[in-house]
Amino acid sequence: MLNLRKPLSVLVATTLLASPVLAEELTIGLSSEPTAMDPHFHNLGPNNAMSRHMFDRLILQNEKQQLQPGLATEWAPIDDLTWEFKLRQGVTFHDGSAFDADDIVCSFVRAPDVPNSPSSFATYTKGKTVVKVDSHTVQIKTAAPYPLMANDVSTIPIVSSDSGCTATTEQFNDGSAMAGTGPFKFVSYSPGDSIVVERNDDYWGDKPVWTTVTFKPIKSGPARVAALLAGDVDMIEGVPTTDITTLEANDDLALSQGVSNRVIYLHLDHDRADSPFVKSADGSAIENPLRKLEVRQAISKAINRDAIVDRVMEGVAIKAGQLLPEGFFGVSDKLLPVDYDPDGAKALLAEAGVGDGFSLTIHGPNDRYINDAKIAEAIGQMLTRVGIKTEVETMPRSVYFKRASRGGPDETPEFSFILVGWGAGSGEASSPLKSLIATHTPDKGWGASNRGRYSNAKVDGLVEQALATVDDEARSGLLAEATEIAINDAAIIPLHYQVNTWAAKKGLKYVARTDEATLAIGVVKE
Amino acid sequence: MTVFIIRRLMQALVVVFLMSLIVFFGVNVIGNPVDMLISPEADQAEVERAIKALGLDKPIHIQYLHFLGGVAEGDFGRSFIFGEPALRLILHHMPATIELAVVSLIMAVVLGIPLGLYAGLFPDHAISRGIMAGSIVGFSLPTFWVGLMMIMLFAVWLGWLPSTGRGDTAVFLGIESSLWTRDGLSHLAMPALNLALTNISLVIRLTRAGVREVMLQDYIKFARAKGLSTRRVIGVHLMKNIMIPVVTVLGLEFGNLLAFSVVTETIFAWPGMGKLLIDSLLQLDRPVVVAYLMIIVLFFVVINLLVDIAYSVLDPRVRLQDQGA
Repeated sequence: MLNLRKPLSVLVATTLLASPVLAEELTIGLSSEPTAMDPHFHNLGPNNAMSRHMFDRLILQNEKQQLQPGLATEWAPIDDLTWEFKLRQGVTFHDGSAFDADDIVCSFVRAPDVPNSPSSFATYTKGKTVVKVDSHTVQIKTAAPYPLMANDVSTIPIVSSDSGCTATTEQFNDGSAMAGTGPFKFVSYSPGDSIVVERNDDYWGDKPVWTTVTFKPIKSGPARVAALLAGDVDMIEGVPTTDITTLEANDDLALSQGVSNRVIYLHLDHDRADSPFVKSADGSAIENPLRKLEVRQAISKAINRDAIVDRVMEGVAIKAGQLLPEGFFGVSDKLLPVDYDPDGAKALLAEAGVGDGFSLTIHGPNDRYINDAKIAEAIGQMLTRVGIKTEVETMPRSVYFKRASRGGPDETPEFSFILVGWGAGSGEASSPLKSLIATHTPDKGWGASNRGRYSNAKVDGLVEQALATVDDEARSGLLAEATEIAINDAAIIPLHYQVNTWAAKKGLKYVARTDEATLAIGVVKE
Repeated sequence: MTVFIIRRLMQALVVVFLMSLIVFFGVNVIGNPVDMLISPEADQAEVERAIKALGLDKPIHIQYLHFLGGVAEGDFGRSFIFGEPALRLILHHMPATIELAVVSLIMAVVLGIPLGLYAGLFPDHAISRGIMAGSIVGFSLPTFWVGLMMIMLFAVWLGWLPSTGRGDTAVFLGIESSLWTRDGLSHLAMPALNLALTNISLVIRLTRAGVREVMLQDYIKFARAKGLSTRRVIGVHLMKNIMIPVVTVLGLEFGNLLAFSVVTETIFAWPGMGKLLIDSLLQLDRPVVVAYLMIIVLFFVVINLLVDIAYSVLDPRVRLQDQGA
């Protein structure tokens, strides 16, 4: 769109200088807004996606979450407990100061320790000591061998030791401390309204096509689509599944889709003999049948994943057989989605001694994942058809997650059978294995989201071993093996992988990312 | 009158205090903000840390006392999500909402009163019937649907107006507002009309009812018999008498527009207080919700006071005093 309000003098100046660089402006409609400009304040998806425009990491994740050199050009373990990072030479921050090892050291100190942070980066910096070797070499030491070093390091935004490390969140929000080394420079931040960045012409890597990028948070899905149709924004993220068919038919738009790292799954109560939301068919108390493998397998067989993908998700999802889609590090090539087999399910239920069925309540959020409430309803119907009388109860996530994690007595999970999703931020299989499948052990930080309290010593042992194996191939094998044991034991029941959709004006193309982030640098012209 | 105003303000303080008590304990029943804010990958130790950092590890009554202590010093607590003082956050979003509410109120008056007057003076006219039918539609259609239809029509198909967001702002008379720029006004038009729709209908119906009733009164007949011009009968004697209900309702509605224009602000991505409230509620940003509702109670009290004062100006029979007090 032509910007008619631009003063004539600017146009004249541009023509006179015959600059080869024309103003290339891009406006992006975001579905969720970052809560601060401070890159260390809130470790959450929207904030991390935004901060990547302005702040580099030592190691970057590409669109498939594979690791790429960032501010570090090389990295490798030099012994079991030490990793060494060679830093990029000649990089400057947006405020002109030079980048060196001090910036790394102080960023790793600040990241886990921002006052009032609702979610810090401590998960990634814990147990690591960063040591400056010379101006462009740092070493990170751990107490035990730590193969995920590079993944963890790729999450920490690097700020300047001159201005950023001592700055407050307010100073980042008003722009005075917003100096990173990233492909874009900060211009303005108006909460609820817009965030504007401009191209960093001194960027060390591939320079972005766009001279100015404006991000507009538009939370309502239909309004976001309308803003794109009206031409007020050039691209939107989070296209509602109901609109995809219409937008595909529109010749002025181009969609891009990509599978995400998020699996939608069912978690079942493996722990309690008397589970609160499991009753016999006539409503009397019953010993929790979900603890029997046959019952869990029957539930998996009773679910028609194709129908969920086709009908509920309008084709925009991929049915799942494990924790992460194929192509990710540590996935198994032996696990396939379980086929729909209602008769087999009934036979298994009979084998387990609950041939007459039982009753169950499925709990799920209704505003967290794509079509979450509808999926829960579909599952309720499918299970009822094989004799498991299933009631469906969905609620806003603000209520749901607390109850699902800690709603019962003594902060135990309140529900018996839940619908949840998991996005592997690290882009490899140890993330879901450690959080969802490993035995709930607060001291170790394991099983933090194991809301079914699944516990299998063999799986724990394999994960433990994998997390101490620095060799990639061996680790990948161990993770795949742990996944196979857990999935064959129906520790969780995977349903599908979410597919994310971006829509842009014709002529633009977004390189879909598995981590669901919307990055201006990924918007290319065709 | 001064005594009246002082007493009303004292009562307001009591109301605000009670409100803070109800809201503070009320929002604490719902969920746990930490579950909303924390990265899903965080382990149990990090969850504990966050609970402590937000002060949620203390018993609820201690949290409330701590909050009251802060309020006494003008500190309404910090937003869990933004880490900024809740009051500053609300004040930051206030100008956008005031803008929207004022324009929408003006629309309600400027469109509602003349249309209602016409419908009341010529009740059998086809146009009047059309106005009344339109007002029913304005009442009954849900705001979010009308908003989306307006975006489809004016932004997507006709391309006359921008679909969402707030436009450029400029400073005039020391006030920074998007009312002073063309771009700002074009962004404002749709959300303001969307917000005004119910109120326009309300004003039409109130005005029409008032006109139909007052036209039959003796003093109107007397004014006519005295030979006053129709213009004077309607403009002075009629208008003054039908304005009382209209002012009351608009006063209260103005409070509503300021406080709860949630749906319109969400659809049009308007960076105002209503959107802040709904986002804070959904994400359990308790300090912001509590501070917001306390401010809103104050708003309503002040608006009601102003309405009462406006009464006494419009109707000399009304005296400002507390009933039974």
